[in-house]
Amino acid sequence: MAVVKKISAIKNSPKHLLGIQNLSILEAKKILNEAKTFIKLNRSNTKKLDSLRGKTQINLFFEPSTRTQSSFDLAGKRLGADVMTMNMSNSALKKGETLIDTAMTLNAMHPDLIVIRHQDSGAPNLLSQKVNCAVINAGDGRREHPTQALLDALTIISRKGNIEGLKIAICGDILHSRVARSNIYLMNMLGAEVNVIAPKTLMPKSIERLGVKAFTNMKKGLDGCDIVMMLRLQNERMQGSFLPSKREYYEYFGLTPEKLKFAKKNALIMHPGPMNRGVEIDTKLADDINVSLVKEQVELGVAVRMACLKLYCK
Amino acid sequence: MNEKIIINARVVDPSQKLDEMGAVIIDKNGKVKAIGKKVTKKDCPNAEVIDVKKNILIPGIVDMKAFVGEPGFEYKENFRTLSQAALAGGVTSIVTMPNTKPIIDNVSMVDFIMRRGRDKSKINLFPCASLTKQMEGKLMTEFGLLSAKGIIGFSDVNKTVQNTETMARIMDYASDIGVLIMQHAEDYELSKNRCINEGEVSNRLGLSGISSIAEKIIIERDLSLLSEFPCRYHINQISSKNSLEVIKKNKLNGKKFSVGVSINNISLNENDIGDFKTFLKLSPPLRLEDDRKALVQGIKNGLIDVIVSDHTPEDEESKRLPFAQAATGAIGVETLLPLALELYHNESLPLNKIIECLTINPSNILKINKGTLKKGYDADICVIDLNKPWVVKAGDLKSKSKNTAIEDKRLQGKVLMTFLQGEAVFKN
Repeated sequence: MAVVKKISAIKNSPKHLLGIQNLSILEAKKILNEAKTFIKLNRSNTKKLDSLRGKTQINLFFEPSTRTQSSFDLAGKRLGADVMTMNMSNSALKKGETLIDTAMTLNAMHPDLIVIRHQDSGAPNLLSQKVNCAVINAGDGRREHPTQALLDALTIISRKGNIEGLKIAICGDILHSRVARSNIYLMNMLGAEVNVIAPKTLMPKSIERLGVKAFTNMKKGLDGCDIVMMLRLQNERMQGSFLPSKREYYEYFGLTPEKLKFAKKNALIMHPGPMNRGVEIDTKLADDINVSLVKEQVELGVAVRMACLKLYCK
Repeated sequence: MNEKIIINARVVDPSQKLDEMGAVIIDKNGKVKAIGKKVTKKDCPNAEVIDVKKNILIPGIVDMKAFVGEPGFEYKENFRTLSQAALAGGVTSIVTMPNTKPIIDNVSMVDFIMRRGRDKSKINLFPCASLTKQMEGKLMTEFGLLSAKGIIGFSDVNKTVQNTETMARIMDYASDIGVLIMQHAEDYELSKNRCINEGEVSNRLGLSGISSIAEKIIIERDLSLLSEFPCRYHINQISSKNSLEVIKKNKLNGKKFSVGVSINNISLNENDIGDFKTFLKLSPPLRLEDDRKALVQGIKNGLIDVIVSDHTPEDEESKRLPFAQAATGAIGVETLLPLALELYHNESLPLNKIIECLTINPSNILKINKGTLKKGYDADICVIDLNKPWVVKAGDLKSKSKNTAIEDKRLQGKVLMTFLQGEAVFKN
């Protein structure tokens, strides 16, 4: 009996998607494979399935978001779930309710899935300890944004066929970026070589310990790269606190057609959005469908989120 | 009280360089009458005999940094629970912190806590007052008047005087009247909104990290000021190798000051934080294993003088929050000695060095007649079974709050008995 139990425990996917750090390579591949099946569906005329019919999905957004929130919203609806989105940035928390209490309240409504975005790192982990349903992390502080990394991986796979053996550069505000962290873990896991490029003030200390090479120079960092992932630079960080100016950042770290030449010949560009045109990326480059995967990222985001919702929903 | 003799003890008292099998005679007034290998039952035929069966006998521990919740935070800890926890850990003297509500920054507050402490606790309490009014780092408190009322030292606990001019004046004034200044070393600009060590763990957990420079820079500033204004200056807790280098340089130059370290920083490192364990959110933060080792070495070669518990009781609600929002600190007065003994068992430190940092060193810094069992001193005594294994369970600890940083840790060494002025006040 004990043996049987053990096997079923392995078979069961883990209850929550809290980060790529907690994911095994098999689980990651399973999500990506599942997501592939939704790509076609999302391009067809009839987009609705009933895999999650009767299930309730709550989107709990403590931080404002447009793309991730609408992407999760749509993903749930396309699978037939009842989706409720709660914008918490101006709600109960202001009245002094703690995250745990909010969790308990929602839990009493018997949801099957909670998608959470929170400004504090580790908030989804805390939430997951207190609820009975699956928790999916839609971005916590500067820790992780697992579905973004998964959709980036799917986008790369759809263009390049495979991630193993590729050289990927992540460029920009690494220090504050959860997208960078999740991508570092996932791309490493799937066999890519990862370079991170940032000015020193936006480069976390001992980042090499996460298995990447760190560069402060675009020419060196982009050398031989197949994929260039640009990150968004927050407005408040451009004006003197971390960097001298927008202009100086663009000069040294903005992606221009000239700098892109340092990478491999057919290198592709990605950006998690929203973009600061003329700050981290040249505006023409961003719109060049031959090199920019930005639109595809958004498109496949829905497929990846559908896969996550389906696989994690009990 | 009758005369007592504690026999069959391994007497370890670093203040007299004692480590020998022997006995202690306690006179009718609760003072040490005689101590050492030459003392036998024959010296006091009528005394009550207590046989401690070859276990270790040390002076009661002096903990230089603990928080008692009274007034204002009685739900976290009160004098009664603090005293119970302390005695169970062999701690007989405690320096209490002034960050209560209201803050202890005026004479009338001192009267209040002295009376409460006397009525509700059994241990020796040495209250600190805040260094600046309301702990705001701006205006100094009444060092003279407060000292006259029995305040032992001045500290803003977990806050640092940021303004250099203010700090210079504080040290200048203090140097004249001889009061003890206890500084928490942290540069706010470098530590703002940050909560753990800056490094791999902060990267993985996505938390913003405090660089060790935040601590070093204040220590360097204060030690520079100390050259101009030689007051009694103590650094509450250091956490990094970096700070230790500054301290070494200054101590070698002959500068007089003292340094403390929290038991947590010499027993744990940042990896123990695991998956957002908020009970390990501490100030100063846990750092690298390299830092921990350096601190232990610092104790060994005398750069660090005292080990404190940094006992900070916090209720569950203030810890059950996302890490960045959770309260800082852990309880520790009851586990201070057993956890320190781990460093003896793993051969990092000799036993007498550990006991020295827990007894006579803090007493000397505070200028109190504790931490020693010399003839004529109070018989505050702790008897320990050096080898007894046990597992830390928060529920078994006597503190009102249960936020221990070492839940489920296996320890070796436990307090068997605690005597306060000759009276057995705790027995295990």
